[in-house]
Amino acid sequence: MSEELHEVRLVVNGATYDVTVPGRRLLSDALRHDLRLTGTHVGCEHGVCGSCTVLVDGTPMRSCLMLAVSAVDAEITTVEGLALADGSLSPVQQAFKDCHGLQCGFCTPGFLTTITAGIRDNPQPTREEAREMIAGNLCRCTGYQNIVKAVERAAELTSAPRRSSSVETPPGEHL
Amino acid sequence: MTTKLFGAKVPRVEDDRLLRGNGRYADDLMPGALESAVLRSPHAHARIVHIDVDAVLDCEGVHAVYTYEDLTGPMAAPLPLLIPHPALTHGRTQYALAKDEVNYVGEAIAFVVADDRYLAEDAIGKIKVDYEFLPPVVGIDNARKAERLVHDDVPGNIGARLEQNVGDAPAAIAAAPHRLELDLVIERSASTPMEGRAVVSRWDPDQARLQVWSSTQTSTGVRAAVAAQLGLDLGQVDVITPDVGGGFGVKINHPWPEELLVPLAAIALGRPVRFTEDRREHFISSAHERQQVQHIEVGFDDDGRLLGLDVEFWHDHGAYTPYGLIVPIITSTQLLGPYKPDNYRVVFESLYTNTVIVTPYRGAGRPQGVYAMERTMDAIAAYLKKDRTEIRATNFIQPDEFPYDHQLVFQDGRPLVYDSGDYPALLEKIKALVGWDEFEQFRTEMAAEGRRVGLGLACYVEGTGVGPYEGAHVQIETSGNVKVATGLTSQGQGHQTVFAQLVADVLGCSFEDIEIVTGDTRRMPYAVGTFASRAAVMSGSAIHLAATRAREKALRIAADALEADAADLEIVDGIVSVKGTTGPTISLGTLAVLSNPLRYAFDEVSKAATQFSVGRPEKPPVAEDDEPGLEGRDFYSPERSTFASGMHAVIVETDPDTAEIKILKYAVVHDCGHLINPMIVEGQIHGGVAQGVGGALYERMVYDESGQLLNASFMDFLMPYVTEVPESIDIDHLETPSPLNPLGIKGAGEAGVIPSAAVFAAAIEDAEGFPITTMPISPSELFELRRRHSVVEPTHAVVELVETTTPEEDSP
Amino acid sequence: MKPAPFSYRRPGTLQLALESLAGEPDAKVLAGGQSLIPLLSMRLAAPSMLIDINALPDLDHVTTAADGVRVGALARHAAVLADQDAVRVQPLLAKALANVAHSTIRNRGTSVGSLVHADAAAELPVVLRLLGGSLDVASTRGRRTIAAEDLYVGLLETSLRHDEIAVEAFFPALALGEGVAFDEVARRHGDYAMCGVAALVQVDGDRVVRARAGYLSVSEVPTVIELTDAFSVAVDEESLAAAGEMALAGLDPQTDIHASADYRAQLVRVLTARVLRSAYDDARGRMLARVER
Repeated sequence: MSEELHEVRLVVNGATYDVTVPGRRLLSDALRHDLRLTGTHVGCEHGVCGSCTVLVDGTPMRSCLMLAVSAVDAEITTVEGLALADGSLSPVQQAFKDCHGLQCGFCTPGFLTTITAGIRDNPQPTREEAREMIAGNLCRCTGYQNIVKAVERAAELTSAPRRSSSVETPPGEHL
Repeated sequence: MTTKLFGAKVPRVEDDRLLRGNGRYADDLMPGALESAVLRSPHAHARIVHIDVDAVLDCEGVHAVYTYEDLTGPMAAPLPLLIPHPALTHGRTQYALAKDEVNYVGEAIAFVVADDRYLAEDAIGKIKVDYEFLPPVVGIDNARKAERLVHDDVPGNIGARLEQNVGDAPAAIAAAPHRLELDLVIERSASTPMEGRAVVSRWDPDQARLQVWSSTQTSTGVRAAVAAQLGLDLGQVDVITPDVGGGFGVKINHPWPEELLVPLAAIALGRPVRFTEDRREHFISSAHERQQVQHIEVGFDDDGRLLGLDVEFWHDHGAYTPYGLIVPIITSTQLLGPYKPDNYRVVFESLYTNTVIVTPYRGAGRPQGVYAMERTMDAIAAYLKKDRTEIRATNFIQPDEFPYDHQLVFQDGRPLVYDSGDYPALLEKIKALVGWDEFEQFRTEMAAEGRRVGLGLACYVEGTGVGPYEGAHVQIETSGNVKVATGLTSQGQGHQTVFAQLVADVLGCSFEDIEIVTGDTRRMPYAVGTFASRAAVMSGSAIHLAATRAREKALRIAADALEADAADLEIVDGIVSVKGTTGPTISLGTLAVLSNPLRYAFDEVSKAATQFSVGRPEKPPVAEDDEPGLEGRDFYSPERSTFASGMHAVIVETDPDTAEIKILKYAVVHDCGHLINPMIVEGQIHGGVAQGVGGALYERMVYDESGQLLNASFMDFLMPYVTEVPESIDIDHLETPSPLNPLGIKGAGEAGVIPSAAVFAAAIEDAEGFPITTMPISPSELFELRRRHSVVEPTHAVVELVETTTPEEDSP
Repeated sequence: MKPAPFSYRRPGTLQLALESLAGEPDAKVLAGGQSLIPLLSMRLAAPSMLIDINALPDLDHVTTAADGVRVGALARHAAVLADQDAVRVQPLLAKALANVAHSTIRNRGTSVGSLVHADAAAELPVVLRLLGGSLDVASTRGRRTIAAEDLYVGLLETSLRHDEIAVEAFFPALALGEGVAFDEVARRHGDYAMCGVAALVQVDGDRVVRARAGYLSVSEVPTVIELTDAFSVAVDEESLAAAGEMALAGLDPQTDIHASADYRAQLVRVLTARVLRSAYDDARGRMLARVER
């Protein structure tokens, strides 16, 4: 008996993808294996680690806790969609680089998506708010010290005047 | 101009790719590969009576199912015992797929390859296994009792017993003015990298060649094992380590069953096959560490000077011993830390239990050893009513005593000789950093607010840069780009950055022009692996040596071309010139062209190297003692390890009502010799400290008596989030260079996690006023301890309580 | 860790959803999925069909009126938490919701979903019980309202019938003289609590008219305990301690891998005192603020 399949249209990073998947296919797997957007990582598949966090209509959600079939009607942003239009790193990405906010890089995409939305919603987080912003993501390498610094740095970079008009849009705004 | 990069906080070259989601981890590779799943034993101890896979064979999308019966030749033999030791008299390893017995929940029984992981898991669910249950052995106490055996042919569940002696510790203790005993327990934890194990493999029938990508800490190790087990020539097998999502030790063990089964299936099916471990599997089928029961007897004089130290401990190595005795050997030797007891006896038994195997996890036996030694120091201080730092200072190896020979055999089979260090200086720094002398004042102030605080200190010495060797190959291309390969692997430590810093300094070329490749056996087939804080020391030194060779050759050719003495030349920004002149120059790229006499030009630049342009007619184009190409290759193989050291101090607050434990301050003083990149070293320390917080206060593997792991998920295995780690970690460095390597460096990767059990136990004990002898500790356990010790009023009279409870003075 | 196969329906109307559910005894309803999907992935649940209600119209509302807050089946925790009117009318919602997992989970997970998942370690079931709220459920047979006190019948078990879908929860408004508080102790921030307490205290001047507390993680079902008698004289250390003991008499703390039963009992005592004190202060503060206005 063949498994029932569904034709699903996913909108990811502004591009439209038509995929055929069974109902049980996790969004994380659909992104990684059907769409080949392997930047979204799977660290636990039970919603605790946050590595698979993507933005769904701009809001951070665990892609391992969503079914691909349930992600229709939404615009999804993965780590691959965070860089600015001119190809340069987004303020959050740049901040991670500036602050040594990553080591193995596996959890990083989940932090980047989460913080991108977090800074958009709260452009000037206090230290405590910066910590709270990333409180649902696990990292085994960095001890979080430099990730907290990166949140603060990202806020600085976001609020600072931009180099050129082409990067006026804050990273979350176009989501 | 070229500035020296050694010592600079150079931003990581790895980051851009990883930040864009362009990392390539094993599960990202080879789209369309078949996927696999493993049937794992649900029982801790059972005989396999029968396996029925019939229901799987007709499953749609299933390509193959393997059980032990399908394995032949070397694959049918037990997996290799990687590090044999004469004391490991009863070493045992598992089969790639269980033969007729399973010895832990999670042991691999069957392997299914299907179109995708979903279908593979469906198939796994359809395999029927009949078991005959055997009584499981769980926990060190049960293993020691040996009323039940894990392996029928291993009496007493004892895999190994190893004793080392320096002087006569029992006699020295008996004769000492004061004696104490301590019993300390430390429980299981695990590396738990964010990426589990993963392996993908492709067989190329046209070339009869196997390629394996594995999330491993040793590509050369996997390569040798795969070739041997699958009956292939080494030359037929490439193992490539892609991006690895953390290792922390667990990925040094190899070959995991799946590292063999995946290539086996790839060859048999003629299609790429992948295995990606899920989180639940990681808990029950990858390795754990840390569990030990330790008994310490110590004799000392009125000043607290160690006269004799006698340590006996029991190490739970789980169901099998693929990694030999490395962990308990490290405990037994590194336990001594910065101290010098004249008489030392250590004996351990390494015991079988029906639990997941134990292999090194960041720190690898050192956290247990430091826990033993530092709690002993605290107990002596409490007994003598002296300051804890004073007792330590009394026992330090002094700066003028290096090299210091402990007269023990270390984990590498070599003498335990410390190369350098300055422990008194470290102590001064940590005292200043944590505010040691001001703490009593702080305690009083907090007590006035009804708050309870405690201060802990722990010192360690860590053997790093263990042999046997690493190598490097440095090639300057005609473009001027520099390609560097070293064989050990990277799991996020920033090797590509620090190694490029070293090369740029030697070659005088641009940092951006350097590309570092790690863990690819096609590029560097001779290597050992990444463990024991060895990458910077071993590969760093090898790369430095290889780059130096390339530089020498470049200068030799340049000297010829510029008609100058090589000694007068310098390289700046990739251009060779005569120092202090504005005369002719030549680029490294052009030197690479000249280094390789050509018959055929392939572009404008290479015309300079063809036979009518280069060399002298009376000499061979390539000199007898030379070879073409501008390359350097070298290996670094030190006589022995280099010893880093450090001290941690923590101030904790314990809630009088809920027994919650809060970290108020965490301070680290660290000496890893010269720092290649302080930013990266500090990142390593941060991560280690967080892991240490986890290991001391949150993480443990909870087995029930039937051998079921009760918390095989991130919901219940409590890795710290940001909310559980200190808001800041204060770090200070001391740089005592190692005399053993050309760079004066020591390893730094594990240091952050090593003192955690000791330092937190000390601080909580200091806050609570009763002994903390089992780690990790949770609020619930602290609450139960409070009840046991019936603490009515918070007190910091550790002395009295320690005296009367744990360390009993021997009656004369 | 991948779900077993199931058939999937994404109905566009509640009627279609209810019909699908009525026709499939082993079906499960998917809303936020933050508890359900891990169970599926671990294959601890293997429904024959998943009925995804995320496409249903008009169910994501958070509607506030004088009598209380109505939360639709598709309202995410985050939406409730961010709703200024809702948290003003019933401040306990915000205090409790801030403790529900982490923000990313709250962005997807639904409050109604949490109520029907009926985990005794979860915050919202206790809140609904404490406030005496209710749950509206629908089936092809019609709609009915289940009072909170009738909702939780056993471990992870509600009085919803198989063919019913919870469509709306009702959280009564804070009444005059009432104050609320919430606190919990978890191993890690965001984890399920080892013990959590929500309290509702009604005052008349300094006097406690009514005090009760809801408890999570210390009984098989979300449990509410009347504590008014403890405060017949005053709110002080003694009465707060007595309230803790009174609460314990009605609870059944168990040992698990994170906490011993005795430790949980201790947390009941400590949190009862803290939270009742805080709810009392909240009630007094509100009265004072009212008077000043």
